[in-house]
Amino acid sequence: MTLDETSPMPLALLAEQVLNGLQFGVMLFLMAAGLTLIFGVMGLINLAHGSLYMIGAFAAASVAGATGSFLLALVAAMTAAAVAGALVELVVIRRLYARDHLDQVLATFALILIFSEGTRWVFGSFPLYLDIPDMLSGPVTLPGGIEYPRYRLALIGIGLTVALGLGLLITRTRLGIRIRAGENDREMIAALGVDISRLYTIVFALGAALAGLAGALVGAIQSVQVGMGEPVLILAFVVIVIGGIGSIKGALVGAILVGLTDTLGGIFLPSLFRLFLDPSSAANAGASLASMAIYILMAAVLIWRPTGLFGARG
Amino acid sequence: MTLKTLLLSAGIVALAGTALAETKVGMITTLSGGGAGLGIDVRDGFLLAIEQSGRDDIEVIVEDDQRKPDIAVQLADRMIQSDRVDVMTGIIFSNLAMAVVPSATAQGLFYLSPNAGPSALAGKGCHPNYFNVAWQNDNLHEAAGAYANGAKYENTFILAPNYPAGKDALTGFKRFFEGDPAGELYTKLGQKDYAAEIAQIRASGADSVFFFLPGGMGISFLKQYADSGLDLPVIGPAFSFDQGILQAVGEAALGVVNTSQWNKDLDNATNAAFVESFAAKYDRLPSLYASQGFDTANLLLSALEVADPDDADAFRTALEAADFSSTRGDFAFGPNHHPVQDIYVRRVIKEGDVYTNEIIGVALENHSDAYAADCTY
Repeated sequence: MTLDETSPMPLALLAEQVLNGLQFGVMLFLMAAGLTLIFGVMGLINLAHGSLYMIGAFAAASVAGATGSFLLALVAAMTAAAVAGALVELVVIRRLYARDHLDQVLATFALILIFSEGTRWVFGSFPLYLDIPDMLSGPVTLPGGIEYPRYRLALIGIGLTVALGLGLLITRTRLGIRIRAGENDREMIAALGVDISRLYTIVFALGAALAGLAGALVGAIQSVQVGMGEPVLILAFVVIVIGGIGSIKGALVGAILVGLTDTLGGIFLPSLFRLFLDPSSAANAGASLASMAIYILMAAVLIWRPTGLFGARG
Repeated sequence: MTLKTLLLSAGIVALAGTALAETKVGMITTLSGGGAGLGIDVRDGFLLAIEQSGRDDIEVIVEDDQRKPDIAVQLADRMIQSDRVDVMTGIIFSNLAMAVVPSATAQGLFYLSPNAGPSALAGKGCHPNYFNVAWQNDNLHEAAGAYANGAKYENTFILAPNYPAGKDALTGFKRFFEGDPAGELYTKLGQKDYAAEIAQIRASGADSVFFFLPGGMGISFLKQYADSGLDLPVIGPAFSFDQGILQAVGEAALGVVNTSQWNKDLDNATNAAFVESFAAKYDRLPSLYASQGFDTANLLLSALEVADPDDADAFRTALEAADFSSTRGDFAFGPNHHPVQDIYVRRVIKEGDVYTNEIIGVALENHSDAYAADCTY
């Protein structure tokens, strides 16, 4: 009767889970892209990136509540997060570039607390309501008879589009050239006359906007509440360590790897344990091991490539 | 605003306290972070009852444990050693209760739990000075199992987070469920994406779903479940359907059946007055947590009428009598100082613009818990 010891996993279920892993991965990418850019270009560890994700979700929930438009909500999320990011960069982060990582961690951790309690002050302690737009609600039937939520397909589409756009931005535009130059040699591009502090603010705001977008998109199928950003932040750090710090391509590959490992691990490991344990302890042991899976992946990647899959520097 | 008023009132209470207070109550509860809504409701319900009693000789010291066991332990030490409280209360989460309660009761304090009811404190680890006014953790899940039998569900798919209360939940459900679960899943604590689990439910051929996913986890699960096209009936304990989070779930929760020891439409005078005065004072509907805080304070007040906490034996006897009018109607303690009470089946409805619950039946009558027999003082 249980899901089952002997029969192989149906192909449709497997395909659905791969889609789930992909969707999780591309949303992680939106978080990780900003984080990796900020670390790559400015050498800054920004723990408050999860707060920007939360700000995006709260901005989206309030605008969606007031106007009923999901599209406006997404715009509001990106704007609010970008403004918050730019402000934080100008007021706080700017003073930290020359300091060591411990000071940065302390200051940005303080920002998490300030943003969390500030949000509670404004919106209260109870979760907010944000729903997916009617246009994207409900399931669609994919080839092979898989019923899959339309909204999650849209998330995959949006995530991949953003990844493509970001890739083009980095490789094809002047801003992208400056970002890459900034990663390689900060002093030199400043000496060449590029306004480095403005570049930093732009990169920070761009990263923040992506986090805000992720918060709004994910908030619609999860819960919009204080503290929602921190669990995602941890995963985003795992992603950039796997992908290689500073690499957008690495962030994309790392995010999808983490998404697939986490989703498929959660399903296959308990089934695997069921081969030699009773269902209850198999569920137990499998679930425990599944929650470790991405960290095991990270350890394995680091042993194989200490700078991450696409990391240029150590 | 809340913090300011809190500080202010704490300050006033502290000032007043030095002059007047004869009984000191230490409340450690969760007021910040993810689980803050629960602690705030317990606190507000508790303080409402104290206010309504009109007594000015009771000082309540409220502190935020941030849902961290180490902070809770520090606060408890401070309350016991420097504030010299007589009675403690407030803890929401079982892991924090396990860190604080045994040492507090061992030092001779009384602890009245407005929420957490871990099995360890109901059975072998019970203590004469520990009283639980809410429920033993398994209770609402057991009621869900009993309801599933009545609804003729045969292969319910069950899931809960992978932590002690999650395991208690599935154990509690299975203790009463007579069918054969189509699948049993432990999810990650704090997990927000349930696409993979929903796909497994779909593939399992289950006829219904039972889940225990408190707080934000439940909001996420219900929204995603409603959007997945699966339409198997869902049952859960009240924790995923309380007044605080229903508005965030929205339409996805409509019609879902859940089990609770309390609801705002319970027909008794105390409850009607409680619901009305809570809504008037705090401008929101009370949740079950608020009712638990309110009942805890009223239990304390009833015992203080009879005896002083310094006279531990008399005070304990007064608590055991539970001579107060509860928002739940009849209320009595079992031999292990846990409630013996009816557990109801509720259904989520929409009243005007507000999502709330209505009672549709009784799942278990005069229900105690599975651990009482292991408790000897």
